[in-house]
Amino acid sequence: MAGMKPYPAAEKHMTPMGFPPARVENWQEKGVEKMGEMLKKYRSLQVFMDICVKCGSCTDKCHYYIGTGDPNNMPVQRAELMRKVYRRYFTPAGKILPGVVKAEEFDEKVLQEWVTYFHQCSQCRRCSVFCPYGIDTAEVTMAAREIMDSIGVGHKYSTEIIGKVHTLGNNLGIPAPALKSTLQFLEDDILDNTGHEVRLPLDEPGAEVMLVPPSADFFSEPHIQSLIGYAKVFHQAGISFTISSFASEAANFGMFIGSYDHKRKIAKRIADKARELKVKRIVVGECGHAWRVAYSFWNTLNGPFDFLDPRYPAPQHICEFTHDLLQRGALTLDKEANDPYVVTFHDSCNVARASRMGPNPGGQFEIPRELIKASCNRFVEMDEETIREKTFCCGGGGGLLTDELMDLRIKGVLPRVTALKQVMKKDGVNFLALICAICKAQFTKVLPMYKIPMETVGGVHQLVSNAIVLGAKKGIV
Amino acid sequence: MLMLIAYIALVTFVVGFGWRLWTYWLAPAPLKIPTTPAPVSKSGVAWRLFTEVAFFNSLFKGNKWTWVGGYAFHAALLLVALRHLRYFVPVPEVFSHMQIFGILAGLIMVGALGFLLVRRWYVPRTRHISSLADYGMLLLLLAIGGSGLLMTFCVRPDIVSIKEAMTGWITFQGFKTPEDALFVLHFLLVLLLLAIFPFSKLMHLGGIFFSPTRNQVDNPREERHVNPWAGN
Ligand code: SF4
Ligand code: SF4
Repeated sequence: MAGMKPYPAAEKHMTPMGFPPARVENWQEKGVEKMGEMLKKYRSLQVFMDICVKCGSCTDKCHYYIGTGDPNNMPVQRAELMRKVYRRYFTPAGKILPGVVKAEEFDEKVLQEWVTYFHQCSQCRRCSVFCPYGIDTAEVTMAAREIMDSIGVGHKYSTEIIGKVHTLGNNLGIPAPALKSTLQFLEDDILDNTGHEVRLPLDEPGAEVMLVPPSADFFSEPHIQSLIGYAKVFHQAGISFTISSFASEAANFGMFIGSYDHKRKIAKRIADKARELKVKRIVVGECGHAWRVAYSFWNTLNGPFDFLDPRYPAPQHICEFTHDLLQRGALTLDKEANDPYVVTFHDSCNVARASRMGPNPGGQFEIPRELIKASCNRFVEMDEETIREKTFCCGGGGGLLTDELMDLRIKGVLPRVTALKQVMKKDGVNFLALICAICKAQFTKVLPMYKIPMETVGGVHQLVSNAIVLGAKKGIV
Repeated sequence: MLMLIAYIALVTFVVGFGWRLWTYWLAPAPLKIPTTPAPVSKSGVAWRLFTEVAFFNSLFKGNKWTWVGGYAFHAALLLVALRHLRYFVPVPEVFSHMQIFGILAGLIMVGALGFLLVRRWYVPRTRHISSLADYGMLLLLLAIGGSGLLMTFCVRPDIVSIKEAMTGWITFQGFKTPEDALFVLHFLLVLLLLAIFPFSKLMHLGGIFFSPTRNQVDNPREERHVNPWAGN
């Protein structure tokens, strides 16, 4: 089927990443060898290969299964694509009785299944919520992609993007001068619209905070509206900040391809720049998987972050940052500014199921909601089976936000669309608030296919931006 | 002969189970990956694991019917196992008054297994994901349960000689093979289960405690988690 299979990475993408330029000759052997290595390095993989009882609890939980009806998109069946190879080469049962336990050789057919179905998983972890053993198919997908990269079978989209981050510092490949002029343009824009000199500084040493947004925030709609929102919050709170041109990207596609080394290298440039610019805090913008990497992995990858101010969590999410200021009375929000909107909130997978905000479990659900409620008068929830820890992926996460997978993306968004349409009809919802750059890009592209206008999609800090009263300076109390 | 098989099975089980757990233990967890919202303290994690093991929390969220079948089976199995204790070790007097629960549990266990088997076959999604081994496991457990129930209700074997044999077996003092054919069948099936246990999905029994999405504390910012193979 068209629009369901990834484009292969070419030599020019693979070589700079340290991957073989094309499929290696003895790929079967190498692939199995790599799997053996990974089983020893990742307890998750080893345990998840062994203990699935095929209870079926996860089978109907994946948005791609719901959208496509393809049995290979049932999470357990996706993992089985790797498990059957695991059994063949690493378990006595699979060696002796392959037919009984469904064990298979790592052959061309299996490899093609891997290419297809491990690129039909957005690593959203919804399946892991419902599994009695917490089996997280995202871990299996990451491992499969790493094995494929190691034998020279890569995905063009992710490898190309990682290449840009390593050389230019962001996924979009924006060079520093272009970034500089964009930010200046935005400053002028805010001045024209509000009469206030809100700054968006670039590479300014000695600032209090380094802001690391997803790079889509610089160029895409509606992402830019949230960037303006962050800037207004800093301005109003009187806290100096800077963006770094070489760390102008929170996203970390190293996670998508399962590569520890790339993940670490991509994250490292942010820690390095924070040291260099002598900032005291790092705040991460509205980006789901970036927040997972920052929150859960940075400390392990490049820590300790003991050069930062210990009074604040390192790193801090922009929602935590704004929420904290709000609680301390530093901001004034005029809810009426958002009166044209009836708002609902889409929990982004990586924030919901792979990270936290604030000191308490579940803060990642409450803090953004509190910000929204402080910024507008009308907020409603979608069906509770589709929010918080049970939230559905937008359909474009995990390195699948690419045009050649458009059919998959349109199908994968179905469960979210169903829940959204319900509240649109019942409560007149016309604003879908988000804190993820990938979700924003995916929704603006695919919701129109379901006759939902793309203007429905926006950031939480877009609402904050509309509501914030500039000049009503109270400072931090 | 039976004695030899019995020892081979027992040793396979103990060594195999230990070997699998050792493998899980050796594989490090390089990163923090708890499925959130997750507990932020160790005691919270202990509670999370307890609720998973004692109530099958996540399964309950996922599928009510499978939960009913699975929970009934496991709870009944526990009672049945407790009831069988008296064949191996001396048990306090009160237990003998509770035999009725054990017998009831035997019926529930077999009923639940039947339900799970039918469900596996009947629901297209579970049928699609099942291998012969998955059906085989249910059939084996059913055969064990069925032969046990037969002995309880129809053909009562000589308990005294069985008890002697069992005690001898697990204390490694050798045993005299009981005559009773039904018992021998029941026992052989259990031995088969023990022997394949470490090589099968039954390892979920030990594996769940090693599952990083469930056993990790959600505190990556507060406490630095070190990856042993990353070299820093
Ligand atoms: S819920 Fe877990 S144990 Fe059950 S089939 Fe899915 S992965 Fe396997
Ligand atoms: S991680 Fe998400 S996309 Fe992948 S199999 Fe699980 S539910 Fe589906």
